[in-house]
Amino acid sequence: MGIKLKALTKSLWVYHLSTGSCNNCDIEILDCLTPRFDLERFGIVLVGSPRHADALLVTGNMTIKSMERAKEVYEQMPKPGVVIAIGTCALNHGVFSGSYVMPKTVDEVLPVDIYIPGCPPKPEGIIAGVAKLLALVKEKA
Amino acid sequence: MEHVFNYLIFPGFLFTAFAGILASWIDRKVTARVQWRVGPPFLQPLYDIVKLLGKETVIPRACSRFTFLLSPVFGLAAVTAVSTIVWKTMLWQNRGFAGDLIVVVYLLMIPSIALIVGGFASKNPIASLGASREMKLMLADELPFLIAVMVPVVQSNGAIKLDQLIAYQHTHGMVVGSISGVLALIVVIITTQAKLTLVPFDIPEAETEIMGGLEVEYSGTPLAIIKLTRMMMLFTLPMFLVLLFWGGVSFQGWSILWSILKYVFFLVLIVLIRNTNPRLRIDQAVKFLWGPVTFIGIAAVVLALMGK
Ligand code: SF4
Repeated sequence: MGIKLKALTKSLWVYHLSTGSCNNCDIEILDCLTPRFDLERFGIVLVGSPRHADALLVTGNMTIKSMERAKEVYEQMPKPGVVIAIGTCALNHGVFSGSYVMPKTVDEVLPVDIYIPGCPPKPEGIIAGVAKLLALVKEKA
Repeated sequence: MEHVFNYLIFPGFLFTAFAGILASWIDRKVTARVQWRVGPPFLQPLYDIVKLLGKETVIPRACSRFTFLLSPVFGLAAVTAVSTIVWKTMLWQNRGFAGDLIVVVYLLMIPSIALIVGGFASKNPIASLGASREMKLMLADELPFLIAVMVPVVQSNGAIKLDQLIAYQHTHGMVVGSISGVLALIVVIITTQAKLTLVPFDIPEAETEIMGGLEVEYSGTPLAIIKLTRMMMLFTLPMFLVLLFWGGVSFQGWSILWSILKYVFFLVLIVLIRNTNPRLRIDQAVKFLWGPVTFIGIAAVVLALMGK
């Protein structure tokens, strides 16, 4: 494994992108950063600008309005970077399925690398998902 | 040849970079412990820098490329120069030049100026906002800083050479040993907080408010340089304070441990201030720095002139 990739798996800076969630998934993401779960142990830090990010945490339904914005944010993220879809909404619209304002799911708009189901997923679930993703990246390299 | 070696390897760039990475780890670990967390692993800041070096550099279309990419390098060069000068005077006798104190004080300003220029060059409204705040903050913290730096100079009868300051402290006792020294040290620690843009003076960055401010458009290698500059500042500035107020460091026998403790004391003090204070607004910060802090600084200088 190259040193660059190793460094990437050791220090994943995440940018939090909500594309029309009910805000519950977002709260669970923030829970991961609290002292109880403390993601900084793994070098994971929340950043404020997509230009600093290595991973997009996408939550929500991907409404028509947010489709373009989500694409733009993805393009602003310097590569290599990963996309993590969090919550049932981001996977298949969950309780909102059939609504007319959300023709596409997140993975039809962005190249999603890993899905974390749950409505909302527990912080433990999110951490487990990210750990699996990092293991996957290490395996592929 | 010797100068090149000093500048690039020891005690210049390479040494300062590693020490800065270590300092940044201490900073993050202490922060984590204050917040009752475990905190990042030992090499975390190094991983961050290596990762950023390996990433794509996005250059916004509207920005002026040259200024945008070059300004972080100037900041890095300035910090390296400061560290080289400070360490050379502390490690070997008679290596300074007349007026190197003034040069160091000026060079310490350049990282902020470089960031301001880079922020404006990126043509991002948020970065401009951050840059204008940084400019005001600089104006505010420079005045008390300069006044407080005058105290060791006054006490040692107008020495503006760093090794004269050290020599004076070795013969006459530390500057912090006097009332004026203590007051000046308080002023300098507060302004250091502002110079490093740490809470309560992280107004130009304000992650939760203007999303990183000045650095918002930076990515990849330039961002790595900015982060590294910041870490090196975290190492260099407290070291400079140790030199000015606490007699510098020495590396003979057991005093090595004492020297390291001096630096760690300043670092942990800075980190604790940063963790126990809320962020000020820019107008509050200017009022605070130009009001009470400057007043204490002037009082310290007057006391020093009276020989206290
Ligand atoms: S998955 Fe559930 S909790 Fe998450 S945004 Fe959708 S409805 Fe809300």
